[in-house]
This record gives sequence, structure tokens and C-alpha cells, in this order.
Amino acid sequence: MTKQIVEMTVNGETREVMVEPRELLIYVLREQLRLTGPHVGCETSHCGACTVEINGKSVKSCTMFAVQAQGAEITTIEGLGSPDGLHVLQESFKEHHGLQCGYCTPGMITRAHRLLQENPNPTEEEVRFGMAGNICRCTGYQNIVKSILSAAAEINSASEAAQ
Amino acid sequence: MNDLTPDRDERVANLKGLGCSRKRVEDARFTQGKGNYIDDISLPGMLHGDFVRSPYAHARVKSINTDAAMALDGVIAVLTAKDLEPLSLHWMPTLAGDKQMVLADGKVLFQGQEVAFVVARDRYIAADAVDLVEVEYEELPVLVDPFEALKSEVVLREDLDGQTEGAHGPRKHHNHIFTWEVGDEAGTNAVIDDADVVAEETMYYHRTHPCPLEPCGCLASMDKVNGKLTLYGTFQAPHVVRTVASLLSGIEEHNIRVVSPDIGGGFGNKVGVYPGYVCSIVASIVTGVPVKWVEDRMENLMTTAFARDYWMKGRISATREGKITGLHCHVTADHGAFDACADPTKFPAGFMNICTGSYDIPIAYLGVDGVYTNKAPGGVSYRCSFRVTEAVYFIERMIEVLAIELNMDAAELRRINFIRKEQFPYQSALGWEYDSGDYHTAWDKALAAVDYEGLRKEQAERVEAFKRGETRTLMGIGLSFFTEIVGAGPVKNCDILGMGMFDSCEIRIHPTGSAIARLGTISQGQGHATTFAQILASEIGIPADSITIEEGDTDTAPYGLGTYGSRSTPVAGAATAMAGRKIRAKAQMIAAYLLEVHDDDVEFDVDRFVVKGAPERFKTMGEIAYAAYNQAIPGVEPGLEAVSYYDPPNMTYPFGAYVCVMDIDVDTGVTDIRRFYALDDCGTRINPMVIEGQIHGGLTEALAVAMGQEIAYDDMGNVKTGTLMDFFLPTAWEVPNYETDHTVTPSPHHPIGAKGVGESPHVGGVPCFSNAVQDAFRPFGLRHTNMPHDHWRIWKTANGLGLHDT
Ligand code: FES
Ligand code: FES
Repeated sequence: MTKQIVEMTVNGETREVMVEPRELLIYVLREQLRLTGPHVGCETSHCGACTVEINGKSVKSCTMFAVQAQGAEITTIEGLGSPDGLHVLQESFKEHHGLQCGYCTPGMITRAHRLLQENPNPTEEEVRFGMAGNICRCTGYQNIVKSILSAAAEINSASEAAQ
Repeated sequence: MNDLTPDRDERVANLKGLGCSRKRVEDARFTQGKGNYIDDISLPGMLHGDFVRSPYAHARVKSINTDAAMALDGVIAVLTAKDLEPLSLHWMPTLAGDKQMVLADGKVLFQGQEVAFVVARDRYIAADAVDLVEVEYEELPVLVDPFEALKSEVVLREDLDGQTEGAHGPRKHHNHIFTWEVGDEAGTNAVIDDADVVAEETMYYHRTHPCPLEPCGCLASMDKVNGKLTLYGTFQAPHVVRTVASLLSGIEEHNIRVVSPDIGGGFGNKVGVYPGYVCSIVASIVTGVPVKWVEDRMENLMTTAFARDYWMKGRISATREGKITGLHCHVTADHGAFDACADPTKFPAGFMNICTGSYDIPIAYLGVDGVYTNKAPGGVSYRCSFRVTEAVYFIERMIEVLAIELNMDAAELRRINFIRKEQFPYQSALGWEYDSGDYHTAWDKALAAVDYEGLRKEQAERVEAFKRGETRTLMGIGLSFFTEIVGAGPVKNCDILGMGMFDSCEIRIHPTGSAIARLGTISQGQGHATTFAQILASEIGIPADSITIEEGDTDTAPYGLGTYGSRSTPVAGAATAMAGRKIRAKAQMIAAYLLEVHDDDVEFDVDRFVVKGAPERFKTMGEIAYAAYNQAIPGVEPGLEAVSYYDPPNMTYPFGAYVCVMDIDVDTGVTDIRRFYALDDCGTRINPMVIEGQIHGGLTEALAVAMGQEIAYDDMGNVKTGTLMDFFLPTAWEVPNYETDHTVTPSPHHPIGAKGVGESPHVGGVPCFSNAVQDAFRPFGLRHTNMPHDHWRIWKTANGLGLHDT
């Protein structure tokens, strides 16, 4: 099958890949760009393990062809945090035991990151609803919800302090 | 000692040892997407494998034509049973003493069965080639009901034709696998037939699936130059996989290295040996390059490792006052097309004979008949010790049914029948020795915590309001009290394929006082790297933060039987403590030498040895480690290392008391879990944070199983729940907040008194959720209805009881 060039910005860097039109974005991210943070749990857009952020929206990257990402701004879990420190959400998941096997975690945190952009001060119910596209088989969610609420509080108090 | 010497409490805190909610060391990696799961591993030149699978549940394979597939650019090989036959690998032994087709040998026996294995340059080409393989089938009659199968003329396993003896004794019919009996049937029947009160019930514990978020997979790499095979994979028992791989392939065991990388959840799914592993190994040997196979979600749900599928028939008898006098249980166990149950060899129905539960039942009998049907093989313990979930569901339902028969409160019925504290160690009628327990204390604490009396009052008022037409919701109070049995060995009772179920730990202390410990187990999210370091920290006085825990690489880790059935803490945890004690014994000699006193004149104190009666004279573990490597000590070998292989004297018996409060909308069948209280007793608590996390997770998997999750088949043997669209996995939206609580009854035989915990919430949770549903309808005459309690089935129950009649 003929390949075509797709250019996208991934975690702030311009990346160019050669892909077949049928290749799913998740596999291009994982196999060509070696960003193995986002995982595959179903390929049917149910589990959310493959969640990344595209142009300011949470997207299950198994639902999208790589060619559709031409020109897109993409953030994966690897783009949160920095070499010298974890992102508040990453820290908070660690602090509140919001993960066990870690397989859902990159998708979970990437989704939570977007959720808090959309709603910086969510209630527990809003967190539960906003995270319902991401499945975790290990934690029972209680500590995930706790991690997200605590990260929200921390981000909010930091931004208040900055004002 | 001077002012700078930290006080004892500070030194203890510094260790982050037993009992501390130490944050997990795994998490920095996982939260940054730096985990290393099977599909993240990529080797140069790696090829991808994919299966051609049967669309039929029972059919003869007339022909397989691979020409078109082979002609596709990028396809390297297509393997069929014919290619595997010369290597004797077209069939493989199962963990249950049966055998299973690796690739269809003349016929297929379940939908999704592996027919051919395509090897191609990338996963897309492999998928294309799968479509190009032409298979001609001739359909055969399908048997999906085990009772039908036992009557049918149709022979499912023609390879066993005429064989009247199976791995577990005589076979009564060509579709029968085994009969397993425990206890005194005649005696039990006599007691029950004579009893004041008898309750009978038949219940179906439906087929379901562990469905970890990461599916199964492996990457086989045969290095033809040095003759070594490296096998990476999602293995809950890497050492067993190495031994099995060696036996099957003929490659000597020292030339095989098995590595379990990070595992994205297991819950029993990753215990078994699957055709994908065998085909990848063969393909790598044939092609000389690495071959990866990772199943997709449909393949996972349809082919690897179902759980449960038990038809259970019970009779329980009691005096009029409610004292239980006898229990009879018969199970018809649907094992699917091949008996691939992952149970210790002597236990073809696992530990189902723990079905007398937490109660002092003087006489009992259990009989289990295993049956072949046209369903996928498996029969794994989905988040439980071998078949304990089935056993606990059975007895906790029987108790409820007996309570109805006696017209008695089910909480009270439990209380009068609990094994009393002073009866431990307790010999059960079906052959177990319960090591320890204090059930009454746990039960009273749980009932008080939820205000049980108050709940019953509220429920009665709700029923009245319902009858007056003021509400359309009912309230259910689910109770369960469970006793788990975890931590197999002992080796004398428990083996898998002849390998005794011990476990192991090897410790090396480095000269500067940090350490590495390697174990025969493998974490799939349980946090071993965190918690095993805590056990060691308390044993050897080196801070947990200075101890690396490694598992899963058979070239470096000591041999062990792996992680499932909550056996890591009971067995490998014990090995860790024992190895730590060996380190400590040697450290004591070194300390005594350095302090110029007799060995017996020093004693261990948190992180050091002190001279008895003179605590200002001491050597820290750091100093001792340094001396172990750098100082000639007469009569003591240099170095500070130890290894322990631990064969437990008994299992451990964690227990717990759960209460669930549920509102049920009678008109829609929609349920709302208002409250869930879980009291667990897992003996000594290593890391309360991790324990709580395990309980939340196990309860959520219990909720899934009780309330909707199932692997369902139609009459043609088609899987009706093969995607996450139909297979229920709860999201954050459906899951309540759980209240956790505990009592502590240490195991008397475990070196640190710990018992397993990861599976307790699942074992106790399933009957608790189910009992809540059934309890809501008890005032309207419901005795029992089968799980899963999805909205539709609840609606049907309500409808059947006439609750929709106007
Ligand atoms: S892999 Fe994309 S949603 Fe499951
Ligand atoms: S931590 Fe294992 S799936 Fe979420």
C-alpha cells in the first residue's frame, strides 16, 4: 500500500512519519515514534488506554488514522512532566495510590489533564463522569478519583498563590 | 550515643518497614509512561504473528490452503498443525493433565480456536494474510450445555475415544473428564435426610473472564548462533514457563531465558500456557528472527482463560434453632473443549472443598464432575485462589436460603454457626486445617459499623412504603462472610505439572549497605517492589529505599512458582523473611566480632546490633555489611548473601465481613450501591495503602462479575460477549466509594504472620453484591436467582414476582 507523509507536532516537537492510510494513530505513535506510554487495551475505543490529547481534546488514538493527524498538535503522557520533575497529576497519582499495574495510567492521567483544563474545579461526580471513558481493572477508581481531586486542589492553590 | 543519634522511633520510621504506607517505587516509571510491557518491547528484525481462528464451535477441518497468504508480500510463514506435527508440537499438555491442540488437528472444538499461525513483517500484513488463508470446514453438532453433553452421542474429544481413564480417574462418558469427591457422602445424606430443616438450591455461577487491561502476548527470540532462546511474555509464572518450554521444545533449560516484563494486570488470565506462545517459539526457531504475538481484546475474551462456569447443587440441613448439621454439594463443571484448568495437580476442582466456608459444619460432601463442551478452555482462578470464589459464593448463598427456610435473620444464622476462636486450628469436614481466625469479633464489628439493626428497620419501612405504592425502589442488604485459603504449597499437597509450589528469595547485601533481593514471583500491579522491600527492611535493618526488588527474569531470579492465588506474600513473602533472617544471623556474628564480644552478647535493634545492656556499643547494618566484604573475620566467609526456598507448612486463611446496601428500581432494574463496607483480616499488614488499593480493586471486579460481566454463548457456540461493548467492565461512574476496615489475626505459621489479601475482596465481594440483590426481593418470595444481576435480569425477577402487576 502506498505510504504518505504526515507531519504533526508531538509533545512540542515537529515529527514527520511515513504511513499507510490505514495505520491507526496509536501504532504510529508507539511503533514509529517509540512513544510507548499510550497503550492498547481494546482497539475499539472502549478502554481509553490509548488516550492522548489532540488539538486540545482527549482522543482515543485507536479511533483515528494517523493520516487524520496531519498538522495536529498532540500531547502524550511523555509530554507531561519534565525531565526534572513529575507533573502535579503524576505526583498525585503516586501520592494517593491511583495506580497498580500502570497499564491504564498514561491514558488516565492524560485524560485527567484535559479534564482539569476544561473544569479546573470539578466535584467528585464530575470527575467520575469525566473519566468514564477510561477503564481501570486494578484500582476500583476510588484512589484515581482522589488523585485527580487532590491534583485539582493543588493546581488551584498554586495559581491562587501566583495571583 | 550523642545528640545526633536518631532515637529509636526515628530509626524505625527511616526503615519504612512493616506496617508503613510506603509510597510505591514503581509509580515514577508508570506515571510517566515509562513502563515496559510486552508490546513495548521491540527487537531488531522482529516479525509479527497472528492467528487464523475458527468461526465455528465444532467442525471438521477439511482443508487449509495457505498459497494466497504465502504469496502476499511481507508474509514469511504460515504454520498449520501439519508443520508442528513433526516436532510433536501440534498438541501441548495442559496444566490439568489433559492436552490441547496448538493448531487445529483435523477439527475445531470452540469458536476462536487457533487454526493457523501467520508470520509477517508487520501486524497489518499479518492481518491481511489471515484473511487470505482458506479453510474448508464441515460443521458438526455443537454442545454448549454440560448436562446435554453428558447425555449426547456426539463425541467432542475423538482423540480420547475409548479412553476410560483420565488424569483424575475414571471417565463415565465420552464427554466426561473426571469425578472428584471429598468427604462422606453416605454419612452426609443420612444426616440431611433426618434433619429438622433442609434447604436445597441449584445455582449457576456463570462463565466470565479476568480480562486484564493488557491482553496476553509474548516475544520469542531464538539466537541460532549461541543456541539460546529468550522468551519475553505476560507470564504470571515465568519459571514454570521456562520448564514447560524446555520440556516441549527439547531445548535444555539453561539455554532458555524467560522474562516477564511489566505486566498490565493478570487476575489469573496470565497463568496458562497458550498456543500463541508455542507458535511464536516455533516461528522464531524456524525463521531465526524474533517473533512477537500479542492477542487483541476479542481473542483475549474468546480464547484465553475463562473463569467459573460451575453448576452447583446444594443441600444444607440444620436444627430448628439454626445450628447447621450437614452440607452436600455437587458441581457440574463446564471445562470447555480441553481441560486447561490452572489448579494444583491433586485438586481438579481447585480448593472447592473450602465450601463449608466459615462455619462449623460437622459433616459434608463435595462431588465435582468435569465436562467437555464446545467452549473455550481455561478455568483459571479469576482473582481468587483456586475455585475459592465459587466455593464462597455457594456457601454464602446456601446460608441465605437456609435463613429463608428457617425464617431467621441471615446475620444471626451466620453468627451461631461460625467456627469459634478457640476452635482454631480447625479441621474442616472436607479436609482443611484453618490456621487462625476470629470470626465473631469481625462480624460484630462489621454489623455495628453499618448499624445493621437500623438498616433492617429502614428496609422493612421501605417494603411497607412499596406496598402502599409510595415508592418503586426496594432496598437490599447484602451480607457475606468469607474464609479464603491462599498461599499454595505446601509442596506435599500442591504441585503444578509435578513442580512443588514453594517459592524463593535471594538477597545480596552490597558493601555500602544497600541491597538487592530477587524473588520467584512476579508483580502484575500488586506492588512487590515496594512491599517486599518493606518485609526485608524490618528483618535486616536496611531502609526499604535502599533495597531493590527484582522479579521475572529466570536467568537471575531464583526458581519460584509465580504469582496467583494470593500466594506471593504467604509463600515468597515468607521466603523473603527467612532469607532476611539468615542475613541477620551472619550479621550477628560479624557484629559480635567487631564489638569484641561473644555472639550471644549482641542483639538486633531496628537497624543495628547492640551489646546487650550497653546500647551505646553497636554496629549498624551498614558497618556490618562493609566489614563483611572488607575485613578478614576468622571462621566467617566473606560476603553477605542468603537464599531461602520456602515450603509453607500450611496455607493461610484470610477472612472478612462485608455488607452492601443497595437500592433497586423495580421498574428499570437499575441498581444503586449506596454503601459498601469491607472488613478484611489478612493477618499482619505490610502496607496498609497497598492493601486498601487491592481491596478497592477486588471489590470492583466483584461488582463486575455479580452485576453484569459474563462470557455468554448462543446455541451455536458463538461467543456473544466478545468485545468490551458487551463484556461489562465497570467505569468510575458505576463504582461506589468503599469503606474499608480491618481486624488483625496473624497467621501462626507464617514468619511474619501475614496472609494473602489481593483476592479476598473478590471472593467475599461477589456473594455480597449478589446477596444484596436477592435480599431486596426476599420479602416478595424470592429464594434464589442467578447472577449476573444486570438490569434486564433484575427487571425479569421483579416481573416474575408480580411486582409490575397493577
Ligand atoms: S485501545 Fe483505544 S480505547 Fe482501548
Ligand atoms: S492500574 Fe491496572 S488497569 Fe489501571
